[in-house]
Amino acid sequence: MLRTLAGIATLSGLLVVLVYQYTKPMIAENERRLTEQAVFEVLPGATSKTDFTVTEQGLVPATPGDSGIRLYAGQLPSGELRGVAFPASARGYQDVILFLFGYDPACECIVGSKVLRSTETPGLGDKIDRDPDFLENFVALDARLNTDGTALANAIQLVRQGTKVSPWEIDGISGSTISASAMARAVNDAAQRLVPLIQRDLAVLSAQVPVTE
Amino acid sequence: MAVLPNTTENLSLDTFVRGLWEENPVFVMLLGMCPVLAVTNTTMNAIAMGLATTFVLVSSTVLISLLRNWIPKQVRIASYIVIIATFVTVVDYGIQAISLELYAALGAFIQLIVANCVILGRAEAYASKQRLHTTFINSLGMGAGFTLALLSLGTVREILGSGSLLGIPLFGEGFQPWVVMILPPGGFFVLGAWLLIFNWMRLRKERRLIEQSGAAANAG
Repeated sequence: MLRTLAGIATLSGLLVVLVYQYTKPMIAENERRLTEQAVFEVLPGATSKTDFTVTEQGLVPATPGDSGIRLYAGQLPSGELRGVAFPASARGYQDVILFLFGYDPACECIVGSKVLRSTETPGLGDKIDRDPDFLENFVALDARLNTDGTALANAIQLVRQGTKVSPWEIDGISGSTISASAMARAVNDAAQRLVPLIQRDLAVLSAQVPVTE
Repeated sequence: MAVLPNTTENLSLDTFVRGLWEENPVFVMLLGMCPVLAVTNTTMNAIAMGLATTFVLVSSTVLISLLRNWIPKQVRIASYIVIIATFVTVVDYGIQAISLELYAALGAFIQLIVANCVILGRAEAYASKQRLHTTFINSLGMGAGFTLALLSLGTVREILGSGSLLGIPLFGEGFQPWVVMILPPGGFFVLGAWLLIFNWMRLRKERRLIEQSGAAANAG
């Protein structure tokens, strides 16, 4: 009885280890492709990316295995900095929604958005990633800094559908108010924290020459 | 060391077809309802889940059938679960390697294949007593029946709930999708409708058999 159980357990362990070893590089490659795709989507025109980590000293080029918020600098084919993709999150209707936003330091605005993970209601809350009129809000969303460079000059906020007047306001979607306001909160919270850092360390971000693979 | 007594079935077409129709794990035995209701909101998810379950079902029952004369009956359930869990882990890594999007869509239901009663049911009721080749064919049939059932829910729910099939839009701009169909209640509605059709067909067949035998008796 013991021999059978030990035998089955050994066989099982061996098989799991083999499959794990075999699929590990493929899974890592999939993950890399997925983030790369997302970065290029929120930074239209970017064709390569370099990773940075937020530390107490500011932004530093990321090393594998370090902890802290990851930022992705996207470069144009010419090697110039197109913008920086930063992650954000906020509580939605069902669970925390994860976003990636693209920030363009030249126009000081948000130029793209993507939902990375969400469990919002299909057909209602998930419009925040698909409704073309709503996504129009994130093509040139004002994210200028105040004169001290410590926070945004105007907090990004959600307004009722059809009442947007200022470039830092987000026009809501009726039927997905909670998801849309979560998105507004996410972009505002993250931008208030990260945009000052990005603007301050712009030299670090631009100096990084993309590694061609 | 006591092992379960062997009973041998002769391989026939019925060994395979039984799983598709007469003993369909979903529509007749009502087993494995959890993935049936949860991951059939799109056709792609249904196909992936069906194939993953079929793979686990076939490989674990084949191994169990091979080892059936060595597994003592006192520890058989534990052994079966370890074997099933191993193949589920293999599938889990496999799907991650194929597509992370698909992995995210299927969520926890890949790991939950371990607890799918179709598989443990097959292991206990069939593979533990039958020879290798009949086990292989029978599991393949059961897997195909399970996949077919998931597919019949998945296609209906995707067509009605999103107006598309395999992600390709079927109707024009004017189509207002029935969102409820891709939400959990839709799973129950569609499953109920399929069970209704299945049972109606079965009853009709039985009635016809009775009528035929009655006619034969009268004629005789």
